[in-house]
Amino acid sequence: MEIQVNGEKRHWDGPVTVLDLLEALGIRPAAVAVERNLRIVLRDEMAREMIHDGDTIEIIRMVGGG
Amino acid sequence: MKTKIKADDPLIIAGRSFGSRLLLGTGKFSSARVMKSALKASGTEIVTVALRRVELDNARDSILSAVDVGRYLLLPNTSGARNAEEAVRLARLARAAGCEPWIKLEVTPDPHYLLPDPIETLKAAEILVREGFTVLPYINADPVLAKRLEEVGTATVMPLGSPIGSNRGLKTRELIEIIIEKARVPVVVDAGLGAPSHAAEAMEMGADAVLVNTAVAVAGDPVAMARAFKKGVEAGREAFLAGLGSPRKTAEASSPLTGFLR
Repeated sequence: MEIQVNGEKRHWDGPVTVLDLLEALGIRPAAVAVERNLRIVLRDEMAREMIHDGDTIEIIRMVGGG
Repeated sequence: MKTKIKADDPLIIAGRSFGSRLLLGTGKFSSARVMKSALKASGTEIVTVALRRVELDNARDSILSAVDVGRYLLLPNTSGARNAEEAVRLARLARAAGCEPWIKLEVTPDPHYLLPDPIETLKAAEILVREGFTVLPYINADPVLAKRLEEVGTATVMPLGSPIGSNRGLKTRELIEIIIEKARVPVVVDAGLGAPSHAAEAMEMGADAVLVNTAVAVAGDPVAMARAFKKGVEAGREAFLAGLGSPRKTAEASSPLTGFLR
């Protein structure tokens, strides 16, 4: 399937959960917030939230700022 | 005199007590090590952070993993938001990322001066207050807007001294004085404070706190500058509580004028 992650097109072998995706990308779930198609995926939902073909995923983290 | 000097003089925002009146931003530091030392030297208890996309090819933790969240309240900002909708989205993401529901609301559609959009800021503040956020809005030094925000339930108002990162100090001084006079929520002067003397000036005027980032982060020695700002804020606060004299046009002798030559 093809998904959009942080603005980049990615090919992925599905089915996959949000948690699977984070693990595959080497991202600690505790350090980020995730949106699937503009809806926030809470941390305790990540293991069961399925990603589908055509989905848009945003993975956001805290950085230095004023 | 309206106020008395108290050894214990906490900053209280939304019922929460803080021992320092200096809020520090975490942007632009050269390294996590320098940032950590500067935070410590500043005495701050509230540090601002931003939210950005994870770089997929470089997904290491940000420098903020160096920040001790037991010691500092992390105050996420909505920087990058150009309208109320984007600001609300960022605030919700910050909460989902594990931050407490405190948000420094900033909506800056113009990248050149980064001046805050008052209408979108008010709109976003209404939504976020309703959703249970403690909202600290970054605004132009507009006393009417400050009142309107206070009325919708923001925890502070944060008027700018001059544009973000400009180091130009309190260009909006007279309007900030009116905001301080009228506000019933803490007034945090944010943006443009380039020197400890600027921070002291804001505190002498009766501001409740100041927020500094660029001036500390890009100083030759950020740790020493953080310490200098701490002293500036404390000196200004103490002078305000002590009661400053009013400016006068003519001289008033400090020494007795009678008793020998006349």
